[in-house]
Amino acid sequence: MQELINSLVSSKSFGGMPATIVGAIVIIVLSAVVFLGVAFPFAGIVSWVERRVWARIQSRVGPNRVGPNGFLQWLADGVKHVCKEDVIPADSDPHLFKMAPYLVVLAFVLPWAVMPFSSALILADMNVGILYMTSVTAITVVGVLMAGWASNDKWSLIGGIRSAAQIVSYEIPAGLSIFPVVLMTGTLSMQSIIKAQGWAPQHWFLFANPFTFVAANILYVSALAEGNRTPFDLPEAESELVAGFATEYSGMRYLFFFMAEWGNLFIIGAIITTLFLGGWQFPRVTNNAVVMNVLQLITFNVKVLFLVFLSMWIRGTLPRVRIDQLMSLCWKYFVPISFVNMLGTAVWVAIWPDGNSVAGYIMFAVGLVVAFIFVQRVIYYVRRSRMELYFRPTI
Amino acid sequence: MGAIGEYFQNIKETVSTIFEGMAVTASHFMRKPYTVQYPDRIAVRVQDTLPYRYRGILNVDLEICTGCLACERACPIDCIVIACEKDQKTKVLTISQFDIDIIKCMYCGLCSEPCPTGAIHHTSEFEGADFSTESMIRRFVTDPIDAYKPKKGPETDERIAPILNRGMRYINEFATPGQAWAGGAVVNGAPPADGEEEADAQE
Repeated sequence: MQELINSLVSSKSFGGMPATIVGAIVIIVLSAVVFLGVAFPFAGIVSWVERRVWARIQSRVGPNRVGPNGFLQWLADGVKHVCKEDVIPADSDPHLFKMAPYLVVLAFVLPWAVMPFSSALILADMNVGILYMTSVTAITVVGVLMAGWASNDKWSLIGGIRSAAQIVSYEIPAGLSIFPVVLMTGTLSMQSIIKAQGWAPQHWFLFANPFTFVAANILYVSALAEGNRTPFDLPEAESELVAGFATEYSGMRYLFFFMAEWGNLFIIGAIITTLFLGGWQFPRVTNNAVVMNVLQLITFNVKVLFLVFLSMWIRGTLPRVRIDQLMSLCWKYFVPISFVNMLGTAVWVAIWPDGNSVAGYIMFAVGLVVAFIFVQRVIYYVRRSRMELYFRPTI
Repeated sequence: MGAIGEYFQNIKETVSTIFEGMAVTASHFMRKPYTVQYPDRIAVRVQDTLPYRYRGILNVDLEICTGCLACERACPIDCIVIACEKDQKTKVLTISQFDIDIIKCMYCGLCSEPCPTGAIHHTSEFEGADFSTESMIRRFVTDPIDAYKPKKGPETDERIAPILNRGMRYINEFATPGQAWAGGAVVNGAPPADGEEEADAQE
């Protein structure tokens, strides 16, 4: 990065501008390319994949007309939303109303700065990486609350208040579930946390000890709640709040909210992958740095995309919880269990400072048994419904 | 102990029920979607899969129409318009107009019940969309034709016999009170005709 800026400054094309301005231009252009070329298309494609996945869960087909198997549906929806009229209600607070979607999108794009795609492919390996990640994703609540307030609409306001209560509550178990990993590694940097794990599942922090396993699950569910995903999509509960905080929005601004929601799935997956699933760790098969980085990039993305798929699967399975159930789950179950996790991990680290490799193997074996039981249950349900098996992902 | 036991029982139930629910939806990933992708991505036309008694757009077989005007009188919204003239010398009934406005038609089936030959009947066709309302009026008579005269014995004309057979079958299966249930069979011992007679008596 620094060499690129230096070479641009020394070349005549910028007419002898100071290095800081050239650097700013380079960073703005690069981030625009990354966000327009990676983050936003990802959010769009996820919206299409998600609709197809739900459809299959409900024995439907889903969007399959625009492009091959409906792949371009997200583009058609995006163009439609951009072309629609941008309605700003007369009684709203226009400035806050206009600003709110950008804050939500800001909370979606900022975490990409510390996203550890591979051992070399990271924008900024901050020494407070995971803290930064949890901090900037919490900006969402400001945007959502702003949208709910500025719309001057009772549905929006209830949605915004619900969202604030939900996100602020679930920040606590999420933060406490990151703590065991920080205790074990003694660092907040994303790359150092990944490097403390191995490529094999028994060396992942997910299976390091029983407490981290529970912490990983709590963190995933809390992250789903923070991302307003079903079963925690109370802020935009369609059946009771029209569209929640997004009721009064239309066109491009409405699209921004949902782009951020779908894009956040990647960030949720990336946090879990980094902390508990070994990140980009891949066995050292070659000394070629480029090949290794590509393999690591693929590994990281496969893990993240599996978690994204898991969240779609959960969304297709579970019904929406009530607001009291949501709060009860957070304060009566997740917070106490997170504290137990924290203390348990502290004791574990005190007894085995370098980790316990036997526990890793045992935990991994338990995980395999659970997966085996799950497959058995799936086979049971397949047999019981006597259905015609159909394995093609498309129709 | 009770409260603590309930606490752990709640956790156990949450985890196990979500586990089961995920297994159910996972089995659905292997299920073939039921969606009928009308109109273009289907193996058979939808019209061909509909039951015989489906009440689609009306059609008239003018070959067996007797010109009795029973359907016109039965229609509650007057969407059928028939014009018949009787030649006083030759006693021949001529149908000069037989229009059905399928915009007005509500597919109640009352016209096909009194028809003595089953000439007016519902088809399984339902795709009636067009660009003008004028084209939605089905005009079955272009040139005035003679009405059908029922014979004493079975029909002898080879051209008309199959059409009449279809008409009579239609009456048997669709338009005969008391036999319209479950393909002519009487369900649960009670003949539906009785109920209809009672309804008539009350009126």
